[in-house]
Amino acid sequence: MRDIDVSVITDAIEKMCINANRHLPQDMQAGIKACRACEDGPIACTILDQIIDNFQTADKENVPICQDTGMACIFLEVGQEVHFTGGALYDAVNEGVRRGYTKGYLRKSVEADPIRRGNTGDNTPAMITVDIVPGDKVKITVAPKGFGSENMSALRMFKPSAGLQGIKDFILETVEKAGPNPCPPIVVGVGIGGNFDHVALAAKKALLRPIDSHNPDPYYAALEDEMLEKINELGIGPQGFGGRTTAVGVNIETLPTHIAGMPCAVNISCHVTRHETEVI
Amino acid sequence: MAEELRRVQLPLTPELARTLHMGDNVLLTGTIYTARDAAHERMTENLAKGIPLPFDPMNATIYYVGPTPAEPGKVIGSAGPTTAGRMDKWAPEMISLGARGMIGKGARQPSVVDAMKKYSGVYFGAIGGAGALLAKHIKKCKLIAYEDLGPEAIRELYVEDFPVTVIIDSEGNDLYKSGRAEYLKLHEENQKA
Ligand code: SF4
Repeated sequence: MRDIDVSVITDAIEKMCINANRHLPQDMQAGIKACRACEDGPIACTILDQIIDNFQTADKENVPICQDTGMACIFLEVGQEVHFTGGALYDAVNEGVRRGYTKGYLRKSVEADPIRRGNTGDNTPAMITVDIVPGDKVKITVAPKGFGSENMSALRMFKPSAGLQGIKDFILETVEKAGPNPCPPIVVGVGIGGNFDHVALAAKKALLRPIDSHNPDPYYAALEDEMLEKINELGIGPQGFGGRTTAVGVNIETLPTHIAGMPCAVNISCHVTRHETEVI
Repeated sequence: MAEELRRVQLPLTPELARTLHMGDNVLLTGTIYTARDAAHERMTENLAKGIPLPFDPMNATIYYVGPTPAEPGKVIGSAGPTTAGRMDKWAPEMISLGARGMIGKGARQPSVVDAMKKYSGVYFGAIGGAGALLAKHIKKCKLIAYEDLGPEAIRELYVEDFPVTVIIDSEGNDLYKSGRAEYLKLHEENQKA
């Protein structure tokens, strides 16, 4: 057993919320620059230059990359040997988000009630996902997620007969429908399999993976490459003004599923795809 | 076409609006007002009750933005555009009152485009997600109404050389449609060459 005081979690999350919102991860920076190098649309080149200028400005001046500092999506991989002390884990996570969003001058974008609305004033509650894993460590990932892109995401319960083609068409259709709204160039997180709820989580987790990585299964790694190419043939381009760079990455995560189904979720993210990880 | 920047001094009169064309990259200077979903809802509800808008809508430009809080010593936090389509429900009414300029990102409904054609409206796109960069062009910021709405409160901004692209012009031409088609044509020609 390893005792971890939850205040350690609070402190880490406070710091990570601020950093994730100010410094775009290296994989995204490199991915956008690589797309700029092979862009052939004139307006698209100008826009990509400004997008690069923007994340470099945020880096240098230590300010938020985007004004939508998102809902704080917090993923915890908790080793089963860990024993939390000093308070409730979820309270500690929310306290970290509260402090980070307040001290870091980040936007508070969370409404207390989905229909009756009303801003909670401190960006809590966080969207928390906990996985129990072997070991005595805690891996924390903070991924602030904006809603311009979240709103363009989609989930469909396919019959198995729809096959691979059905999945491919659905991914392209979702990106096409999203058009300029999710601030392209986008990152596309795809979940396939599982059931209704787990497939959505798989798509969200796909967005946590660096865009220069591949699914370990060569079949899905090839599908990631194929879909990225097909998406970039749509011509939507940066900001939807036309161009090659519609997406900078496609990540696919899969799960075993039921004999009667083939769920698929497409979680769209933007050129400000933020994630920061720390192991305690 | 991308490098030809034109400076535009606000307010946006109908005459000025009609000189702006789809795809023009322009730098805006002057006063604009921020409003998102909650502010639009309250403004139009108030109008129905006979309460006037917190700013003079005639020739005004509305920026769909909810900035991050300003750090001490700064005018404003990051301030990029939000998805304009969520304001489509209220935009035709605002345009009919003279607020003919809109700054946002993303596609608009035909009802908004119709109002723009009728009242010489212009829909400008600012780069979605470029909040750090755009904030540098905001020189003054004053909260003028609905403070309780937090990031959604209405602010009066003074902007200098604020970079935008005309997405939909007063004739209803739409860059989202033409820009993509033009690129695909160009790309095809490049492939053949
Ligand atoms: S979709 Fe992304 S880049 Fe666009 S406004 Fe939202 S968080 Fe910012």
